[in-house]
Amino acid sequence: MATFKEFRNNVKPNWCPGCGDFSVQASIQRAAANVGLEPERLAVISGIGCSGRISGYINAYGLHGIHGRALPIAQGVKLANRELTVIASGGDGDGFAIGMGHTVHAIRRNLDITYIVMDNQIYGLTKGQTSPRSAEGFKTKSTPEGSIESTLSPLEIAMSAGATFVAQSFSSDLKQLTALIEAGLNHKGFSLINVFSPCVTFNKVNTYDWFKENIVNLDQFPDYDPSNRIAAMNKIMETNGMLTGLIYQNTVRKSYEDLVVGFEEQGLANQDIQMSQEQFDKLLTEFK
Amino acid sequence: MISQLSWKIGGQQGEGVESTDRIFSTALNRLGYYLYGYRHFSSRIKGGHTNNKIRISTNPIRAISDDLDILVAFDQESIDLNSHELRPGGVVVADAKFNPTLPEGVNAKLFAVPITAIAEELGTSLMKNMVASGASWALLGLPVDVFNKAVEEEFGRKGPAIVEKNIEAVKRGSEFVLEQAGGPLDEFKLEPADGKQKLFMIGNEAIALGSIAAGCRLMSAYPITPASEIMEYLIKKLPKFGGTVVQTEDEIAAVTMAIGANYAGVRTMTASAGPGLSLMMEAIGLAGMTETPLVIVNTQRGGPSTGLPTKQEQSDLNAMVYGTHGEIPKIVISPASIEDCFYDTIEAFNLSEEYQVPVIIMTDLQLSLGKQSCGTLNLGEIPIKRGKLVRELPELEDNQYFKRYEFTEDGVSPRVLPGDKSGIHHVTGVEHDEVGRPSENAVNRQKMMDKRLNKLNGMTIRDAVRTDAPHNDADLLIIGMGSTGGTIDEARSRLDADGLRTNHITIRQIHPFPTSIVQAELEKAKKVVILENNATGQLASQVKLYAGNADKIESVLKYDGNPFLPSEVYKACKELI
Ligand SMILES: Cc1ncc(C[n+]2csc(CCOP(=O)(O)OP(=O)(O)O)c2C)c(N)n1
Ligand code: SF4
Repeated sequence: MATFKEFRNNVKPNWCPGCGDFSVQASIQRAAANVGLEPERLAVISGIGCSGRISGYINAYGLHGIHGRALPIAQGVKLANRELTVIASGGDGDGFAIGMGHTVHAIRRNLDITYIVMDNQIYGLTKGQTSPRSAEGFKTKSTPEGSIESTLSPLEIAMSAGATFVAQSFSSDLKQLTALIEAGLNHKGFSLINVFSPCVTFNKVNTYDWFKENIVNLDQFPDYDPSNRIAAMNKIMETNGMLTGLIYQNTVRKSYEDLVVGFEEQGLANQDIQMSQEQFDKLLTEFK
Repeated sequence: MISQLSWKIGGQQGEGVESTDRIFSTALNRLGYYLYGYRHFSSRIKGGHTNNKIRISTNPIRAISDDLDILVAFDQESIDLNSHELRPGGVVVADAKFNPTLPEGVNAKLFAVPITAIAEELGTSLMKNMVASGASWALLGLPVDVFNKAVEEEFGRKGPAIVEKNIEAVKRGSEFVLEQAGGPLDEFKLEPADGKQKLFMIGNEAIALGSIAAGCRLMSAYPITPASEIMEYLIKKLPKFGGTVVQTEDEIAAVTMAIGANYAGVRTMTASAGPGLSLMMEAIGLAGMTETPLVIVNTQRGGPSTGLPTKQEQSDLNAMVYGTHGEIPKIVISPASIEDCFYDTIEAFNLSEEYQVPVIIMTDLQLSLGKQSCGTLNLGEIPIKRGKLVRELPELEDNQYFKRYEFTEDGVSPRVLPGDKSGIHHVTGVEHDEVGRPSENAVNRQKMMDKRLNKLNGMTIRDAVRTDAPHNDADLLIIGMGSTGGTIDEARSRLDADGLRTNHITIRQIHPFPTSIVQAELEKAKKVVILENNATGQLASQVKLYAGNADKIESVLKYDGNPFLPSEVYKACKELI
């Protein structure tokens, strides 16, 4: 079984010192080892942004695609070879602005993928513009008078889209984050893990300290029942989305791969693709 | 006796035009006739005039006809809109319900058959199609048992009672019309066909079939006219081969999902038309940059924007050749027949893996949707070739990345699939080094660009330019692509009868342009005409750009939404000679 170290490579991240994404990287590596993965069985598919670079910083198969499209690429990988463990990941702009359409539909589709969003409420790579996650009134390069659009709640959207696994965490809470990623990897279906991952360079409002002050940690509520959809929705609304922990999990609904007619356990990529003459002749008779 | 005939059925969309055509042509196919179909439809589901035309022949045919022999009309509009096509002495079979009349100046025989009334008497007006097709069949004097067998197959699943009823409808329709006409019409007596059933399908079906033969096991796509039949066929068949079709939220998801699946090792395609192709552009660049195989089918229709969604056009050529920002290697191939649709699809998958590039299969609406007889299709003719795909690499030293983008002589690097213990590497659309790590190093950048762009040097597909050049000193060289070849050939035989000698080449490899082959033909030609269904002569621009000889080249363009007719091509060429 691979250790945490085996998921490390020798590439030095180009993130700013103090960027929240470092801890997300470490948590993924730890969680992967903890659930017993081997590097070659893991594919990390990421979008474009500072956060999107993460696929290059983990020793596993990695694909750094185009802005907003990590999820459809990741779904393609999973459909092609369901024997692989697939993590998709990227920023809040990647997943909730340009890629929002894919996010909602990936949730509905419920392929067995773990989607980790590094949510810093701003665009990092393009140097500090507003994101759908920015608070109203938040001043950025593109909103010098403060954002006048309402803040998007990915958790509420995920719940209403029929998500089977919704969690949120904070990048400095390595222990919780690692546990949630493990839970996501073990979940049979699509898991959304939104991670508050501060951008120390462009977001001077939503800082580490700010998160520490404002977060409600569900781990402190032993009675909280993540299988209760209504309670989950209430909790998200009550806390204005500022909660961390496992918010909702549906263990009953089957994943997409398990529902596709004729889909076998063996990955398609590992199956023989040559059709027989007999199969071909059978197809041809319909055209006579 | 005649060797060929044109038949058309017209009515409101949703009224049974499609099914009348289907049963009529299935029965003809059983008798061994060659068929070529053309669908005129609009982008609404119910209502709006629609018609299907079939050309029936004892010899292979690959074009629609200029005129019409028999028109079956469910309403007066169908007569008003189509009777000008009827040749003198043609026949109209119309529903008596609307008191049909022929427009002034139309010289045709009109048979008013109580189509709706008979159908309703037998239980439901839905059986109009049976009454109408039965009546036309009877006028041609073709064997009834063959027709009834086709009806049986169409309705067999619904039980013997339904079959009975429909056969009765056919009988009543034919009895009525035969009484009016005094028996089958002598002037429409077709020579017997060879009795050999042909394959009879639309281009989209041939592509779908070809994809399964190629080992494609996943398709991700978003519905659009005229591409949807590809996904509809595959959703029925792929589960039998362990695969599936995903209807995605849009074409960006469709193409990126296909890229992900190809990266992970499954031959996967997507199919769309102009609007979807436009949405795919950024992702096509990703496939080019990451050297990930990808097959896209683009079934062209009238553009720009939503354009003429149900009409013929060939105006996406520039978008396919030049589309995506930056510079990538890309292959664009253009099947010109149903057989091509099948074989080219297999070849497209091979090319995409052998060269690790995106391949676009370009069709046009008439090729995608026109139902035609086609020759035999052989499964093994194009064997599956997966290029430099390596499975199970020998173990690498500790902490070493696999050189997925290794510089090689031909520019193509070994490719390994996720899951292989020794193959771990990174893939990115950012410029990268041999192991796939982002790199802005100027020397590496140039080498990588050259590596990718030179991969296709000298690449030619089989039959890249289909040449039919019997004359050494032809008066005219005609160049076309896609569905226009049959029409061109028909015009040529008329020109031939006038003593005019023409040669014909069909460009099937659109990009990279097959310069030397085309150039050789141009050099020999006195005069060249390039025919295409677009307004700006996109194919002509490619020909002139790569193969020169611009002073010899004239364009004949049609972009009113309809395919060329043989008579139009004949006239245009005659004027040019
Ligand atoms: C189609 C496209 N549009 C715009 C960009 C420029 N761009 C790159 S990353 C990015 C947003 C980055 O924000 P986020 O996704 O939140 O990631 P972060 O950098 O904050 O981690 C943008 C707009 C792009 N790469 N592609
Ligand atoms: S700009 Fe912000 S998000 Fe990007 S690396 Fe620096 S701190 Fe992280």
